[in-house]
Amino acid sequence: MPVDVRARVVANTRLSPDYNVVALAAPDIAAGCRPGQFVMVKPGRGHDPLLRRPFSVFEILRNPSGIDGFSLLSKRIGVTTSLLYDLEPGDVVECLGPLGRSFDLVDPPRDAWLVAGGVGLAPFAAAAEDLVARGTRTTLFYGARSARELFYLDWFSSRGVEIVTATEDGSHGDRGHVTIPLERALGRARGELTMYACGPEPMLAAVSAVAARHGRTCQVSVERVMGCGMGGCYSCVIPVREDGGPPHYVRSCIHGPVFDGASIVWEYRRAG
Amino acid sequence: MPGKLDVQIGGLRLKNPLIAASGCFGYGVEYAEAVDLSSLGGIVSKGLFLEPREGHPPERIVETPSGMLNAIGLQGIGVRRFIAEKLPELRTLGATTIVNICGSTLDEYVELARILSDAEGVAALELNISCPNVKEGGITFGCSLTGTFDVVNAVRRVTTLPIIPKLTPNVTDVASFARASQEGGADAVSLVNTFLAMAIDVETRRPALSNIVGGLSGPAIRPIAVRMVYECRRAVSIPIIGMGGIACGRDAIEFLLAGASAVQIGTANFVDPFIWQKVLADIDSYMTRHGVARVADLVGALDTSAREKEWISS
Ligand SMILES: Cc1cc2nc3c(=O)[nH]c(=O)nc-3n(C[C@H](O)[C@H](O)[C@H](O)COP(=O)(O)O)c2cc1C
Repeated sequence: MPVDVRARVVANTRLSPDYNVVALAAPDIAAGCRPGQFVMVKPGRGHDPLLRRPFSVFEILRNPSGIDGFSLLSKRIGVTTSLLYDLEPGDVVECLGPLGRSFDLVDPPRDAWLVAGGVGLAPFAAAAEDLVARGTRTTLFYGARSARELFYLDWFSSRGVEIVTATEDGSHGDRGHVTIPLERALGRARGELTMYACGPEPMLAAVSAVAARHGRTCQVSVERVMGCGMGGCYSCVIPVREDGGPPHYVRSCIHGPVFDGASIVWEYRRAG
Repeated sequence: MPGKLDVQIGGLRLKNPLIAASGCFGYGVEYAEAVDLSSLGGIVSKGLFLEPREGHPPERIVETPSGMLNAIGLQGIGVRRFIAEKLPELRTLGATTIVNICGSTLDEYVELARILSDAEGVAALELNISCPNVKEGGITFGCSLTGTFDVVNAVRRVTTLPIIPKLTPNVTDVASFARASQEGGADAVSLVNTFLAMAIDVETRRPALSNIVGGLSGPAIRPIAVRMVYECRRAVSIPIIGMGGIACGRDAIEFLLAGASAVQIGTANFVDPFIWQKVLADIDSYMTRHGVARVADLVGALDTSAREKEWISS
């Protein structure tokens, strides 16, 4: 059951000229939230911007006696993300959530491989904490443009997550896409594992293809332009193929945002 | 005994004047967890054809100043699955369900009306002759006076359900379409559907929507929609359901004063799915503040006397 909360900004940490993490006091949303779910966010009042924007829940913020709220990882690309970047403690953000289907997280002895591209790191802080709490061995494959855009590495490693990186300029880890170290690791992996991916759609398509080639399942979190987050508007559709039938559009807000990567027909848009 | 908030649309009694607009509330069931559907005056289902439809490829929406464009392309499950899978649940939830129907031919509207007349739990039919996004979505009927008359009249012959043609604002004189609807036997008219519009990403030089053009909705269109409701009020005697950019109680009251007997909310529900109780509370407190006993007393209660005096004296 989603709730609408006028959440107070507790902190806004600018990680770079584009990226920030905003911590929000919204225990009601955070308490009911499972990793991979999202919130619809409106940082300003009035009609500009009018619609809310979807954001994955990044961290669940805890204190010794309970849950304080959650944080969002944002990259400044438009009006709403610019407003989020400029927030100050005490400001208010309207948050509707939690919404959507969460990741199906695995237990030991199965391993979890998280694959993030850029701001696609967003759903994986909460996911990693949940996995580590289950005792599941967790690896983060993390790709970005350069070392300056790799964030929270210490956060993940201090929680026991193994980190493998790739950067486009080669300044950290492999040079090139995150699929390079991922393929290499898949070629060597022997045990049972489940993959989880979030990032730009070409990356999700590539990771899904790599997973399929190696006979692994991969849950992907997609981000489509979304109007309402509740299944009302049919704007955030993505083509999927279910039970061998023809591809058809489903709403990523309620059928996703987490899908089995193998069910998505990535090339459908160009064809159709 | 009529209550404070209930309204009458022809033969249809609604417990309050707020209705969820077609295409902006899914099939209703999507919102059942968040909203008590029985607390709304009614809900209008997403536009239904006889057969399922896939709709347009993304991008399907883009935000514009105080509004949005959409070209969903009427993705839908078709009338039979709607009756089998959604109607029973809507009945259980106590929703007053108005079904929005679309056809590419006169026969398709007639067939849809026949099928839905036999289904249990349909309160009224809204004839979508105004979707700007698909050629076959009835817009050819909605842009021609004889076409409008013919569709309404043909559906009138096969159903006793209240029929509510939904008018497009993309015409020069919307009031004449309200008149054609009344003459065809409509119980009410609803307006407006979206305004045909376009947005371009200047960096890529691409249209923002895959369909290139789409329909504009939201607060940006409200003053035009209010004017159109006002024009229709003066042209017909059947009730009018007004919509276009309503985002708070004040906006809803503006439509009532212009002549609408009830209102629909679309885009604003995307922003706030809990809008319904807030708007109702606003209307209620406005009525208390102005000593208005019944919502119906606000309908068309626009006061133009000062305006006229000014004109006479100048
Ligand atoms: C995403 C979207 C989908 C819509 N789909 C339909 C539809 O299926 N049938 C219809 O008659 N109107 C449809 N409309 C039009 C609305 O019902 C309404 O007439 C219009 O949006 C103006 O009201 P608003 O400004 O409150 O949204 C749609 C509007 C939007 C924004």
